[in-house]
Order: sequence, then structure tokens, then C-alpha cells
Amino acid sequence: MTNTWQDIKNANVVLCMGGNAAEAHPCGFKWVIEAKIENRAKVIVVDPRFTRTASVADVYAPIRPGTDIAFLSGVIRLLLEKGAIQREYVRAYTNAGLIVREDFGFEEGLFTGYDEQGGSYDKSSWHYEVDDQGYAKVDDTWQHPRCVINLLRQHVDRYTPEMVSRICGTPQDKYLEVCELIASTAAPDKALTNLFALGWAQHSVGSQNIRTMAIVQLLLGNIGVAGGGMNALRGHSNIQGLTDVGLMSNLMPGYMTLPNDAETNFEQYMQTRQYKPLRPGQTSYWQNYRSFFVSFQKAIYGDAARADNDWAYDWLPKLDNDGYDILRAFEMMAKGEINGYICQGFNPLQSFPDRGKIRRALGNLKFLVVMDPLDTETSRFWQDFGPQNPSDPAKIQTEVFQLPTTCFAEENGSLINSARWMQWHWKATDGPGEARSDIWIMTGIFHRMREMYRKEGGAFPDPILNLSWNYTDPISPDPEELAKDMNGYTFTDLNDASGAVVLRAGQLLDNFGQLRDDGTTSSGCWIFTGCYTEKGNQMARRDASDPREQGIAPNWGWAWPANRRIMYNRASADPAGNPWNPAKPLIRWNGSHWVGIDVPDYGPTTKPSDGVGPFIMNTEGLGRLFALDQMVEGPFPEHYEPFESPVPNVLHPKVESNPVARVFADDRAAFGTASDFPYVATTYRLTEHFHVWTKHGRMNSILQPEEFVEIGETLAKEKGIEQGGWVRLTSKRGVVVCKAYVTKRIRPLTVNGGSTHVIGVPIHWGFTGQARKGYGANTLTPSVGDANSQTPEFKAFLVNIEKTRPPEPENAANA
Amino acid sequence: MPDLQSQDYIRRSASTLTPPSIRNHEQEVAKLIDVSRCIGCKACQSACMEWNDLRSEVGRFQGSYDNPMDLDPSTWTLMRFTEWENEQGNLEWLIRKDGCMHCEDPGCLKACPAPGAIVQYANGIVDFISANCIGCGYCIKGCPFDIPRINPVDRKSYKCTLCSDRVTAGLEPACVKACPTGAIMFGTKTDMTRWAGERIADLNSRGFQNAGLYDPPGVGGTHVMYVLHHADRPSLYAGLPDAPRISPLVGAWKGLFKPLALAGIAAAALAGFFHWVVVGRNEVQPEDDAEAQRLMRDSGEPK
Amino acid sequence: MELRRRGFIKLTGAGLAASTLGALGFGPSGEALAAAVRPFKLAATTETRNTCSYCAVACGILVYSAGDRAKNAKSNIIHIEGDPDHPVNRGTLCPKGSALLDVVHAPTRLEQPKYRAPGSNEFKPVSWDFALDRIARLMKHDRDANFIARNANGATVNRWLTTGMLAASASSTETAYLTWKTVRSMGMLIFDNQARV
Repeated sequence: MTNTWQDIKNANVVLCMGGNAAEAHPCGFKWVIEAKIENRAKVIVVDPRFTRTASVADVYAPIRPGTDIAFLSGVIRLLLEKGAIQREYVRAYTNAGLIVREDFGFEEGLFTGYDEQGGSYDKSSWHYEVDDQGYAKVDDTWQHPRCVINLLRQHVDRYTPEMVSRICGTPQDKYLEVCELIASTAAPDKALTNLFALGWAQHSVGSQNIRTMAIVQLLLGNIGVAGGGMNALRGHSNIQGLTDVGLMSNLMPGYMTLPNDAETNFEQYMQTRQYKPLRPGQTSYWQNYRSFFVSFQKAIYGDAARADNDWAYDWLPKLDNDGYDILRAFEMMAKGEINGYICQGFNPLQSFPDRGKIRRALGNLKFLVVMDPLDTETSRFWQDFGPQNPSDPAKIQTEVFQLPTTCFAEENGSLINSARWMQWHWKATDGPGEARSDIWIMTGIFHRMREMYRKEGGAFPDPILNLSWNYTDPISPDPEELAKDMNGYTFTDLNDASGAVVLRAGQLLDNFGQLRDDGTTSSGCWIFTGCYTEKGNQMARRDASDPREQGIAPNWGWAWPANRRIMYNRASADPAGNPWNPAKPLIRWNGSHWVGIDVPDYGPTTKPSDGVGPFIMNTEGLGRLFALDQMVEGPFPEHYEPFESPVPNVLHPKVESNPVARVFADDRAAFGTASDFPYVATTYRLTEHFHVWTKHGRMNSILQPEEFVEIGETLAKEKGIEQGGWVRLTSKRGVVVCKAYVTKRIRPLTVNGGSTHVIGVPIHWGFTGQARKGYGANTLTPSVGDANSQTPEFKAFLVNIEKTRPPEPENAANA
Repeated sequence: MPDLQSQDYIRRSASTLTPPSIRNHEQEVAKLIDVSRCIGCKACQSACMEWNDLRSEVGRFQGSYDNPMDLDPSTWTLMRFTEWENEQGNLEWLIRKDGCMHCEDPGCLKACPAPGAIVQYANGIVDFISANCIGCGYCIKGCPFDIPRINPVDRKSYKCTLCSDRVTAGLEPACVKACPTGAIMFGTKTDMTRWAGERIADLNSRGFQNAGLYDPPGVGGTHVMYVLHHADRPSLYAGLPDAPRISPLVGAWKGLFKPLALAGIAAAALAGFFHWVVVGRNEVQPEDDAEAQRLMRDSGEPK
Repeated sequence: MELRRRGFIKLTGAGLAASTLGALGFGPSGEALAAAVRPFKLAATTETRNTCSYCAVACGILVYSAGDRAKNAKSNIIHIEGDPDHPVNRGTLCPKGSALLDVVHAPTRLEQPKYRAPGSNEFKPVSWDFALDRIARLMKHDRDANFIARNANGATVNRWLTTGMLAASASSTETAYLTWKTVRSMGMLIFDNQARV
């Protein structure tokens, strides 16, 4: 989220699309209701199903799964056509006027530079025209035919209301009603917020779904302002934190990236990460990459990271591809290329696409370690549970370890919420039986390995032997000490400009501006610097006061970076520094400083006249309507059909689906076609359950006891399916037998002249826990990911459905 | 547990004594359920189960989100979901939290033949004092909203207490506190009625011309009220009674019972007749006499 | 007290007796008012501030445990409700947060390390030492056998591609940091988290 949860109350229009906020984030959704009541806001829901979010919306529009880019490109087209954009904002704060290279183009579904063999782009044409100094050329009058806004206008021209309706199945009147409400927030004092989640991410074009909306928000001047922003509602309590700390295949803490094979030494590595401004006078945190990196290496390797060994640069593993993400990992596992796997609080048998493949892959392992508070399906993948998990244990040679861990109530530590708040929590009691913390377990494994390397030697032991471990209790490091490690220390006295000592050697740092690239500071995660200072644990702060009652609460916990609560808040004020919306100001220029209720996302004394852009993470300082080379599919979003789709791509039949998505051959062979699997399926959470954890709890199991799918009345009638009756749902990859919920909330959509039925598949059932046994939605889902993030396409795929008899034990039970 | 000091009862079932009621300068409370803000998440159901230490059985999926399918002795509140296509052809998903309405004129209490098994406090809460409950089921018949349920194991009747334990300690009921969207509010009945007025004005402005407050006069008003978008048609919301009132049978029974009981004549026979009318015939077994003796001792006959 | 339906007559009999006795002036004590509200169950519990472990709204919660942390008392969580001071949830919780108690005390909470041998049809309880010794040995064996110090071009790459890890999504940030340190120092590249799903 760029903004806070409470800030949603400042919105004039709330767009729930690509997510089902009321069901997945009920307590965050209270601020939508608050916006309705206190701010007279209108709520729009665009979703394939009429959800519980839709039940409290002002406008509901149905959409075919996987067509959001077409819908939103149509919105962009209408905004540009009607001039419903915040012109001053767009001119000053976006790259609308920057001129794109002449050799850039788009034709028949492909941008320039496509390499059909490799399935990737040469992106060199996706760039601005630059002058002698390397700065992008600008035409602020927007007359130049190749300035970004004109190229955008041209690109979206195909997405007429008729075309949107034809692709998305959204009735035109509903679509236009939605457009009109969205357009109403182009006024400088009006804001739209959009709440999205995996409904946008879990597509082969997931990242571009989100980008399309970001373009809408930039055109409306809704980024950086109260009640606006791009608000990704993250799904897990600390998934933000784990991403921040870089527990992803290509990341290091603080969004630094792992080196690759080509970067054979530190200087080469730094060269590709050097910040090069594309407009004069721009600044960025990334100018300090070297300080962040060196301080990180000092944090984890201490004295062993020295200038003369390039700060132990060689000890970092180098990537030979774009990352060993989950889809690639299970592809390797299925091929027998992986021997060992550790699942820490993660249940891939229930979570990853094409469950059959996942089960087969796990059986190829030599050893599997599962650390979890609960008895997960993954830890029992080898056991026969009947049709929900058929297995022959005698044939599975995997050694499996099931390690009991403590849970949230049984440990201290911080979690980072969707709005980047770091909140400390406290242990209430000990875990049950012999359960131990993840910290204790990881330490136990690590210490044993280190001892073995010390005694026996082995493959490149240096980084293992030299890993810094200065904890008071080395067996179970105190979370407070780990938090301080991440915050970082100075090893020498730090002076301010006047020469006065700000910090003594050995003290905790106050902010990442104090980080040095000479080895005199450490920080395990630079974006967290300031979270645990000499003043104490800032994450433990519990002061709920809220200046102007505008939803900032600056003294509750601590938000990275620098305790800033609203990202890009410089854009909440006009170029001269006055708030666009005087009723809901965030920061303003008082003649010498930026002041207001939030920490400025800008130099605190940078004058408005200095011409520094508000989007200081970008090299031109501007919001990007044109994404340069940052996305793999192209600088503008384009509608591509899901890999399993009921209709051809009517825009460019030769390029049906994302041309740069990575698809493994066996996964491609497991795609079905509309002739065999005529219905569109989409998966989702129910509000009563959290993934497959809460089925272990009695109360949640009472509230939603059993696996089911949702189908519309028309389809049910066609197929002779009764309310609550048993159905057999099949995809090319598997079968689910469960009950049907026949509902008015899903109606057939008219797509490309034909009728398309959507089937909803909730995800919560497995074969351990208190709820009734189920097959799990991932039995059906295809193994293909978003081309940028490799997030699997769980939201749009093809199935067939038939009425079936109750399974045998059911017959017995009913007799 | 005898409680002689609360002194704030305004009503007590099947009782001729005047309950200790001097501490009556208490403001009436109310729970306001704003159906237009409800997202049907069932947080109220969880919170109710959790606070009250109730767990019903894990049921089955039966073609709707209503789970459990009905109120039961361990399910004191329940979301009921109705898919309704309005006159414009738009779908409305009407979701109503069902449970005890805490009537000002409680039919359950009036029908209850067990002394002190149902009480009403000065703040308006109608509470079941289970130790005194005899499991006859009259409260169910007397309830215009079909709320109480008998537990077949202990033969006691159960329903929402409006978290009288929390309210007494100065807290709001568990469901109210949990409700993510503020669809359930709690306060004085005056404040809740005023707040309902603001909500109705907002709904009117959003095109719900018939929005209104459900505080049915047939039961003297209730301490659980609804804001409905379609207050002209309460029954749209999973059969919420359009005009609830206490069964005339209960009125007749109450009118007759007290004089008869006081006279000590044939009350049991009459009650038996009434029970036959509302519940069905009972066979009286020989051991009943002995058990009745024991019950009389248990019910507090001076020793 | 076992009461069945057929007991109606006797029960009304009891009711009759009681109301009559009351009317005749035996007074409230004779009638056993027994009309107390349920005792407030949090009266002397220990309150701990925590954060809900489900979605990233990160609602503040108050965890109530029986026991005052005295040495001889084993504390036990008896109730969890929303933290009214928390700026986002303001005391509210969703159906999952309101039901956290049942997951903390789930019958399927794991309480001891277990091991499944190749080809076996069951888990057997093992000691922590057995489990961690064996895991460390298997990992070292695999790392030593398959570690890639240099690629085909002779460049230092120091990676290990035959053992992988999925990190948690509800563990603390501090756990995450310690996990990153240990796993990456071994050269592990197959390393991901829930963010993708």
C-alpha cells in the first residue's frame, strides 16, 4: 500500500477491483464503510462474482476473469477522450511530456524488439530520446507526436466501450457508470483509492494489471494524496516483512538484488546499480546503494567483510537466471534435480499450482523438512488419504521431518503490515509441548552445520564459518538483538555538519542517511534504519494520536522508510508546494521547509523551485505512464488472454497470451482447451477462512465446514445441478468432487458474442484439520506465472463441470 | 448462584413476587444492527462462540453461506443470507444477523412457567437464568422471532444474553466489539435510535427510499434493532417478521395461570393442557411424582 | 439433572409450588433468585499485546491468559479480542481473528518433532537432537556434493542449487532476517516466500 488503512476513509471513490476487500480484509474494509458514511464516498466493485464486498457497494459491474487490462485501458481511453485528467499534476509529476525514441512501436500485439525464439524482448527501443547530457527530452505542451501521453492515447484507442464489453463481458451501461465515477476524481480536491490483491496479481499478466491502474491513478492525480494511492492489500501478516528482508529468489534485504554470473566483481555489480538521473537535478535513495550494500555485508559478516576482500562480495551466491522462484523450483524438483527442501510455515502441496505435479515432485526429494505449528498436508504428502491424497508410501523414499514451532502468541517480534508498519508484539505464553521458535530451529541447524564444517571441512566453508553471530544467547538469539542488527550500528563516532558528535561508536543508527560505504556502519536492512534506535524500540510504540484525524497515527509503531506513512506525499502538493486538496493536506512548503502531518517523501528543505520530481525512486523523478524497460511485456499494458481462455484474443489473434511468460514444456502440455473445458474458473478465499490454516480451528470449521464451488443458476439448470448437490469439476490437471452452491451472484457473461460461464472455486480445503476433507482448488490450477513476478495464474483457467453422485462414504452416511 | 443485590430486575418469569428492582435508574441499552453496513463476515458469530465458550458441531455445506444452518443451543447468533433481485433487476445480497431481539415485552418471559428462569434487567436485557430453566420449550413458542433453542443434553433453553456479563462489567457485547464494519453498534437505546436516523437519511440519499428502523411496536420495541434498506418489507431479510407480536395463546395462558396458581387449584392440569397444545402429548410416568418432589426441594422449598 | 420431555407435568408442578410459595410470603431467599449474570471471565487474567497472524491489516489483539505469571502457574490463553487502541482495527476483529483461540489450541497443533523414514507409512516421535543432527548432516552432505564454486567460465559463483527453502509468511521479521543470514551464507539460491502466491 502506498497509503495507510485508515487513510481509505479520505477517499471520494473506492474502487474494489482485483480483490475482494470485505471478505479478505474485513477490518481494513471498515475504512471503506467509514468513507461511505463520513465522506459520502461511492464504492465500486468490479468482480466476476457478486461478492460480500459487492453487497455494500454502490455500483457492481461483472467482469470476465483475466480481462482487467482491457477494462482499465478502456477507462484510460475515456479519461483522455473526455479530458478527465488532473492536467497540472500529469504535466508536472508524470512522464506524459517526455519524448519516446522513434524506433519504439507496437504492432499486432507485440512491442518492438520481440525475439520469437527466446520469447523475450530486446528493450532498447523502450526508452526516451535523450540529449547530449543523457537527459530525456521533454515537450511540456504535449504537441510532439511521440511524447508519452500521445503514444498512450494511441495505444488505448482500440479499447472502445464496445470492445471492452466484447472482451470483458461487462454490460456497457455498467461499464460507463463505473467510468463516470472514476473520472469524477480528476478534480484536484477529489481522490479515488483502489484496493486490490491477488485478484490482479494471480494472472499471467498480473503485474501489468496493476500497472494499468497505476496509469489511471497518475492521470487522475491520485497518487501521493490523502484518500488515493495504489493499495495492494497484502495477504499474510508478515509477507511484507519477508519481502522487505529479501526472502525471495533474487533479493537481498531492503530490495537490493543478488548479483548474477556476469557481475564477477563488486565494481561490476555496482555499475549496473548506479543511479543515473534521466532529468537534471533528480535525487534518489538508490544513490546510496553502495552504502546500503557495504553496511549490509558488515552486518552479516562483521570483521570478515573488509575493503580488501570487496566486503566479502564473493560470498554471496550468484544467480545464473532471473531467479529460482517457486514454479522453477518445483519444475526442477519434478525432474529430480533437487534433493532437499525446507518448508518453514509454508504448505506448498496446498498452495502451488497443479497439485498432482507438486505431490509427484515432493516424492522425488531425498529429504523434506517442515517447520510449522500445525499438521500440514505437505508434511504428510506421502501418506494415503484416499482420493484427496492418493499415495503409496512404500514407493516414496523421502525422509520427512515434522518440526513443531511456536506461533504468534508464543514469541516476541515484529510483523510488517500492508502499510509498511512495523509493529512489535509480545509473547503471551509458551508453546505447547516441545514446540520451539523458528529462530531456535534455524539456529540449531546452522550451528550443527557450522560445527561440522569446522571439524570436517567441506565445500567453501568461509561464509558459514564467518557469519556474524554476536548474540547474548547464541542458541536462541533474542528478537530484540536481531532487530537492532537490522537497524544497524555505527563503529565510529558520527558528527553532524557542525562537527558535534551525534552518535558514539557502538550506538544504534537513527536513519539510513547515516550509512557509510567505508565499513564504519552496519545495517541488516537499510530501509529499517530508525526502527530501533538509542531511544528504544520504535516498533513497540503505542501512541494512537492522529493529527487532523486524517489516518496517519505517526507514533504508533514505526513505518519504513523513515517512519513515512504515505508514499510519494510530495505529490499531494502542487508544484509550488500548496496542497491540491486544502481540506486534506499531507505536507506543504512553508518557505523554508516541508511541513505537515507526515514525514516528507522528499528532501526536507528541497525548494519547490529546484525542480526535483516527486517520484524520487525513479531516475527522471516522475510517475511513469510509460514504464521504459521496467516491465518484461512492454512499457504500456496490453490485453493478453489467460493461458487457458474460452475465446481468442480479438485484438490480435496471433498473440493470444503473454508473449514473454515463461512456460515449462510439461506445464504447457497440461493446458486445456475450451472445447474440452468450456467454463472459466477462478479461485479465491472465503472470509471465514485463512488459506488452509484455519480449518484446523473448530470455530472456523463451523462457519465454513466443507468444500464447495459456486455456479450460476443458468449453468446449473443446463447441467441439471441442484442446490447443494454433488458435482465433479475437472481441468486438464485434475478432478475435484464437492458440493455446488447454485447462486444468483454469478451470471453468464456475453463475451465476443457468446455466453461465458464463470465457476468460483474457494481454496480452503485439504485433508488435515477439523473441517471436512477436500481436494483443494490447486488440484485444478495451471502452472504458469506472471511474466514479471511468476505469481501463478490462479484467477483464470478452464474447467468442466458435471453433476455427480455423492461419494461412497456419503451414501453410507445418508443411508 | 443467588444474586440478591443486583436489585435491577424489572421482570421475572412465572413469578408473583416483586423482584428487587429499586436500582432502576438505569438507561436502557440497545444493539443496533445496520444491515446496510454488514458484509456478512460472521465475525459476530466467531466472537459470540469464543466469548461464550460455545462450539456447535462442524456441519455440512448445504447450498448457502448460512453456517450452522440454524440457531442451535450453541449458536446464539447467525448470519442469514438472502439473494434478492430487486425491481430494477439488480441483485441485492441481504445479510441479516439473527439472534435474540431482547424485546421490551418479551414473549419468552411471559410464556415461561419456571420461576426466575427468564428475567429482564432494568437496562432491557432479557436473560435466561439456566439454573431455573425446566426445558419445557414454552419460551420458543412464546418468542415471535423463533430464537431460543433447547439443548437435548441438559434440557435447558439457550439464547443470546446480550453478553450480560460484559455489559455488567462495562463492556459492549462481544459481537459488537468484533464487528469489522461497525454494522453492529451498542449504546443507550436513545443514542442508537438517533444514530439509526442518520443512517436512514444516508440510505435515503443513496436511493433506498424505504430505509427505516426496525423496532417493532408489537413487542413493545426491542433492545436489538435493525436498520433495513427495505424497512417496508422486513420479511425479505430471511423471514424477519413484518409485524411481530406475542402469540395470543401466551396472553391467554398468562391471564389464567397466575390466579389459578395463587389459588393452588389444578394448575398442573392446565399447564399440562397447554403443553399438549403447544408441544405435544406427554406420557406421565409413575416415577414423575417422586421426581416432582425432588424438584420442589431443589427449587427452594424451605427446609 | 436429567430432564426429558415427559417431565413436563412435574416441572410445572415445581413452578406452581415455587410461585405459590413466593406469593405466600416466603420471600426471595426461599425462591432462590439465582439470577446472577455470568461472572466476568477476564477478571484477573494477564493481558498481552499482540498482532493477528493472518492478513496484513495486522489488527492489534489482546491475548488473555489465565495465570498471573507466577512461577508455579502454567499460563494458558483463554481469550483473544481486538485491541481498542489500535488505529486500524480499533478493537474489531474479523471471523478469523475472533477465532484465533481455536487455532492456538487446535487439536492438530504439533507438540513434538516427528520423523518419517524412507518408505515408511508413519511418523515416529524423535528428539530434537536426532532431528536437527540428521537434517544438518543431510544438508551438509548435499551441499558438499553439489556446491558450485565456479561456473563454466571460471567465474566465482558460490551457489548451491540442490537444496531449497520456502520461508514463512507469518514469522517475525527477526526470524526472517536470521533465516536469510543462515540460508544465503550457505549459498542457497532456491529460496522464496508466500509473496508469489
